[in-house]
Amino acid sequence: MNYAFFPGCVSKGACPELYQSVMQVYPTLGINLEEMTTVSCTGAGVLQEKNEKLGDVLNARTFALAEKRGFPIMTICSTCQGVMSQANHRLTTQPEYLQEVNEMLQEEGLTYRGTTVIKHFLWILLEDVGEDVLRANMTKPLTGLRAAPFYGCYIQRPTEALGFEEHPDRGKSLERIIEILGAEVVDFPGKTRCCGFPILTINKINSLSMVATHTQDAKSHGADIMVTPCPLCHLNLDGMQSQAASQHNTSINLPILHLPQLLGLAMGMDPKSLGLQRNLISPTSALAKMNLSL
Amino acid sequence: MQTTLRVRRYNPDNPEPKPFFEDYHLELDPSDSVLDGLIKVRETLDDSLALRCSCRGAICGSCGMRINGHAALACKTKVVSVAPLGGTIEVEPMNNMPVIKDLVTDMGPFWEKIRQVQPWLRPAEPAPVTEFVAPPESMRHLEGVMSCIMCGVCVSDCTVLEVDKRFIGPAALAKAYRFVADPRDIATSIRLETLNQPTGMWDCTRCMECIQVCPKGVGPMDRIMALRSMAMAEKMPDTCGSRHAEVFTDIIKHKGILDEPMLAIRTFGLKHIGRLLDMLPMVIQSLFKGKVPWSGPLHRPISSIQHIQRLFKRVRTKS
Repeated sequence: MNYAFFPGCVSKGACPELYQSVMQVYPTLGINLEEMTTVSCTGAGVLQEKNEKLGDVLNARTFALAEKRGFPIMTICSTCQGVMSQANHRLTTQPEYLQEVNEMLQEEGLTYRGTTVIKHFLWILLEDVGEDVLRANMTKPLTGLRAAPFYGCYIQRPTEALGFEEHPDRGKSLERIIEILGAEVVDFPGKTRCCGFPILTINKINSLSMVATHTQDAKSHGADIMVTPCPLCHLNLDGMQSQAASQHNTSINLPILHLPQLLGLAMGMDPKSLGLQRNLISPTSALAKMNLSL
Repeated sequence: MQTTLRVRRYNPDNPEPKPFFEDYHLELDPSDSVLDGLIKVRETLDDSLALRCSCRGAICGSCGMRINGHAALACKTKVVSVAPLGGTIEVEPMNNMPVIKDLVTDMGPFWEKIRQVQPWLRPAEPAPVTEFVAPPESMRHLEGVMSCIMCGVCVSDCTVLEVDKRFIGPAALAKAYRFVADPRDIATSIRLETLNQPTGMWDCTRCMECIQVCPKGVGPMDRIMALRSMAMAEKMPDTCGSRHAEVFTDIIKHKGILDEPMLAIRTFGLKHIGRLLDMLPMVIQSLFKGKVPWSGPLHRPISSIQHIQRLFKRVRTKS
């Protein structure tokens, strides 16, 4: 299975452990990745505030490059996934708009025909790799670990652009992965809500309230760790958790793992090779539950 | 099919008024709406159940409630869509507003915020005897937002209102857009300036809950993004939100990908140096963990940056 790999800015920036962990886990899953090194940021919904069409043109360039290679795009970020899915939805459902965007791409020697499929690693695990291969690679099932899922808005909404109609299981995909890995799913109301990251620079108090609400809620439901397919959620839930706890005069200390980090642990990989020492909230106590250390 | 409606009940007149769930077991047709089920409960099982409804056709906007955790119009939600094989459907009052009784919420705070955006036309000329006429093509972009029926469903599921009741919210912002973008209205700058304040357009977290749950396709968050774009185009006084979007776009233009430290430094600037210093504990911790990326001249643009810059130029020229 070949994919044009779109790592996203954050896995190459403030969350290097995400890139590190996905590089560790993918080779044994029958996946072949060709990294896209000449593509731009998706705009993350922020550039789109300034100019949505500009965002669509930049993303159409990325889709056209993947289309040329004949591979679907693999993302490892809920936000990249959502922003690209929305752009692709606009381009593929409005032929006149696609033509207008293509006129701008043509001078770069590119045309987008509208055939590129964009898939998050989370969906690829279930829809392409499959449960059987995953189970065959589980050398250390996460028995006894209680894991709370946290999706990130962009991989949950709007469902029309994310293909939930053809793939209704995508809405519960993270819970399914946790189950397959042998851990126990900790269900809590905040799992599909907002982590607060997009307003961190705008309204820090509200942003940290969201971090505190969801991490405390997951912890009160018995979670040992939280797992997310979104590095932007990770930046807030992990990076700002201490400040969120101070704002609410409490202590939380809930380790936040990237999806491939959790997967790698179940595949028996060394926690250090998955970059777990880089997570700001130390996962030491959760690892101890699995007789592992950093 | 055999269905259980698990309804969250609350009666302020009870000696100890506490919300609780009550199960109603009943036979429903798959084509029935959740509202049909609730009316059946009230007519045949428990006439004390309080709910608000009127048209039963997704026009009046009275029957907003949470169904299996998401706000929706009960009349527009088919039983089969939320419980395809029968079973239990959880019904609760809308969130982010006070509950009067059972499924009836107090819409007072909702209307107060709608009033705040002055939802009426402010034209240049005095009101004509009949209506203000506008060519259809100049109003077409408002068709979606004018479909709003003020049901409160978007407000119920707003993730910002959950943590900050002062946020003006998606319904009021969508209504504000309806007048900001009306070609007959001349109060655009005044309206944008008001919405540019704290608790206004920049406090939305772009979670898309309002887009997902809106029963009329209004897309409140899309309208909020349009307001932000207009505020930047109109050169409203800058906010951390507008600077964040401007700086982000500028970084992509010059590097193709994000330079995260530079984004924070330039967004806050000297004006908000305190906010930048607030980030220091996290930055220092990240530094020790090897998580602070290169920035400035050390952060290299992508190899195809000329392509990206040409596209920026082309979009600007053609727009």
